[in-house]
Amino acid sequence: MTRKQKRLAIIGGGVGFLVLAAFLVMFAFSQAIAYFYVPSDLEKADVPPGTRIRLGGVVEAGSVKRGDGKTVTFTVTDTLSGVPVTYTGILPDLFREGQGVVTEGTFVAGSSVFVADSVLAKHDETYMPKDVADRLKAQGVELSGKETIK
Amino acid sequence: MIIELGHYALVLALATAVIQAALPILGARLNDRGLMELASSAAVACFLLVAFAFAVLTFAYVTSDFSVRNVWENSHSLKPMIYKISGVWGNHEGSMLLWLLILTFFSALVASFGRNLPETLKANVLAVQAWIAVAFALFILLTSNPFARLVPAPGEGKDLNPILQDVGLAIHPPLLYLGYVGFSVCFSFAIASLIEGRIDAAWARWVRPWTLAAWTFLTAGISMGSYWAYYELGWGGWWFWDPVENASFMPWLAGTALLHSALVMEKREALKIWTVLLAIMTFSLSLLGTFLVRSGVLTSVHAFATDPTRGIFILAILVFFIGGAFTLFALRVSYLKAGGIFAPISREGALVFNNLILTTATATVLTGTLYPLVLEALTGDKISVGPPFFNMTFGLLMLPLLFAVPFGPLLAWKRGDLAGVSQRLFASVAIGLVFGVAYYYFMNGGPVLALFGIALGVYLIAGSLTDLALRSGLGKVAGNVAWRRFSGLPRSAFGTALAHIGLGITLIGIVAVTAFETETVVEMKPGMTVEAGGYTLRFDGMRNGSGPNYSEESGHFTISRGGVALTEVWSSKRLYQARRMPTTEAGIRTFGLSQLYVSLGDQISEGGIVVRIWWKPMILCIWGGTLFMMAGGFVSLSDRRLRVGAPAKAKRPKTVPVGAAE
Repeated sequence: MTRKQKRLAIIGGGVGFLVLAAFLVMFAFSQAIAYFYVPSDLEKADVPPGTRIRLGGVVEAGSVKRGDGKTVTFTVTDTLSGVPVTYTGILPDLFREGQGVVTEGTFVAGSSVFVADSVLAKHDETYMPKDVADRLKAQGVELSGKETIK
Repeated sequence: MIIELGHYALVLALATAVIQAALPILGARLNDRGLMELASSAAVACFLLVAFAFAVLTFAYVTSDFSVRNVWENSHSLKPMIYKISGVWGNHEGSMLLWLLILTFFSALVASFGRNLPETLKANVLAVQAWIAVAFALFILLTSNPFARLVPAPGEGKDLNPILQDVGLAIHPPLLYLGYVGFSVCFSFAIASLIEGRIDAAWARWVRPWTLAAWTFLTAGISMGSYWAYYELGWGGWWFWDPVENASFMPWLAGTALLHSALVMEKREALKIWTVLLAIMTFSLSLLGTFLVRSGVLTSVHAFATDPTRGIFILAILVFFIGGAFTLFALRVSYLKAGGIFAPISREGALVFNNLILTTATATVLTGTLYPLVLEALTGDKISVGPPFFNMTFGLLMLPLLFAVPFGPLLAWKRGDLAGVSQRLFASVAIGLVFGVAYYYFMNGGPVLALFGIALGVYLIAGSLTDLALRSGLGKVAGNVAWRRFSGLPRSAFGTALAHIGLGITLIGIVAVTAFETETVVEMKPGMTVEAGGYTLRFDGMRNGSGPNYSEESGHFTISRGGVALTEVWSSKRLYQARRMPTTEAGIRTFGLSQLYVSLGDQISEGGIVVRIWWKPMILCIWGGTLFMMAGGFVSLSDRRLRVGAPAKAKRPKTVPVGAAE
């Protein structure tokens, strides 16, 4: 092969690989990302059952109920509307009523209960996940004095 | 008073850096030796001044001087001494000062050890280092002054985030910074060579040790961070594909590519332009990482504060350096001549393949990390890109590279013999498959992919050893001759083999944990038992205790196997008083390379508690492998050839087969 051909082979290989990677990325984006919602978004947006989403808001006071030990149900609210959530497992240290959380999971067909497989409430007692705080503000919800976003 | 001295030292450091940034470059232009030599003394002086400022801040922490705002915000008089010291960089201002300290430390190293560098190159390199130092010193002084006072001084501090109160904080950030700030040296060398418009194999020889050192520390920093997250957060995960993790992982990937391409450049004078570009990209990714972590665009334990001016300032630094570097590159690239030619199937070809995959993989990680930020800025939609995305893209892309790794060192430079090399690696493939099947059988089935994953890991290890065995002529010559050849191999050959073996070990750990870990969440009352990984855990009850600045509730568990009690483990939940913040202290017991991981949930009724128990088979391989990689880095670094400015090595002993010599 001449120098030019060799260079072409390398560049061709590189471009081919990049195209492959681009396809993978597109495919993964269509499959493996989760949109973020707060409860009152859900009335407008139609989220089909089985689609992974993130649901964020504040844990409504008095809504946390423990089932048979491991399963917990609670309501995530943005004060305009609330969504019942069930979660099986250990809640994070900072999970508390009145505290901001982000849950990730799916709606089950034929039910309005959100089945979460992960619950995030992390880092700091005054922490409000940025996504939640932004959305709550956009919804016109007044946050308490503890809205400091770390 | 002493605090003001520290502040003043930092201002002086900025002034010194300005001198170092301007005069040597002028000296290189005018060929004025005096101005060029100024660079070295300025670099050392700048380092000493920043070190003094850092020492002053440390002093303020150690003596709990709450009249300093930064100390008040992040320390507490009851905090144990080690956390008072490590707390210096457990906050935004302090960690930026550490960043600057390490940057000037590397400049001082270049100044002291770069005696054999050409005068103009050295002057230019140190000047570029100084530009970066000026930018970050300004950033600290204008937006993140750690020496700001508080009047009147409060009596007690607000304490450090409890998650950070761990030896991990003492080790992880300095190592990580040594790594990704270390890449600044490669960047400065690249820019200096572009300024001069001249670059050759010697350039690669000067750059490689710095790359190697930075890469080794970055490996250590990332690995340490991963282990820290694993035991401290109580979630049992070792890698989350969190944007902050990606921020340090991307420079690592690009740095790994740089290590390999610099090798081609040094040996064959090929890939010059590409190597310069990679050096620029690697440090650009480090700067991007600093921006992502420090600007507050991400919410994370690493983002200590969200002050918009800081974000904009770092963004400006980012744009200036990355934009400037690429502009310079575009202007000067035509001056750089392409070097040696090679066939696609050759050592060079293999290293190009390595670079192609690593940079593509870096690009996918970059896309996954930035896409949510870009999308939110453009449309307001908020999305999260989690592990499934990265497994699907990064994971798949890396597979062919992992398979190709043992081929690289076995292929000859210029033109290689693929069929011959495949033949030599046949045994390694077979060994890999045997181990894969054996492990699969031993685990009583599981995902079939895991079998191939383990096989791939073992093949990597066996393939790397094959290279060493072939080079020493094992089996072909008498044992003592082979041994002599083996011990005569260049250190870099051992470095390569160790790093590749480490990769195999890490891969085995990742596959085993991903495929075979078990997780049990169960409500336990004293006396109850649970099975995990063949062991039996008995919950014995809770106990209350307290530490210097926290109170805790601990659960006691007895671990037994086949009815024989082996050991015990405590798992706790702590409440830190100053911030009223709870943390989980997981109980971890190691059995061989595997671990039992116990973390506590909420108490339910009298004595009952939710417990989460993981069995993590072979998990220590994940970090054990990185130890091998680091060892490989250090061994390579000790290779005579790579010592900065070492004269060209005398001819290797004739016993090394032609083509195998690296």
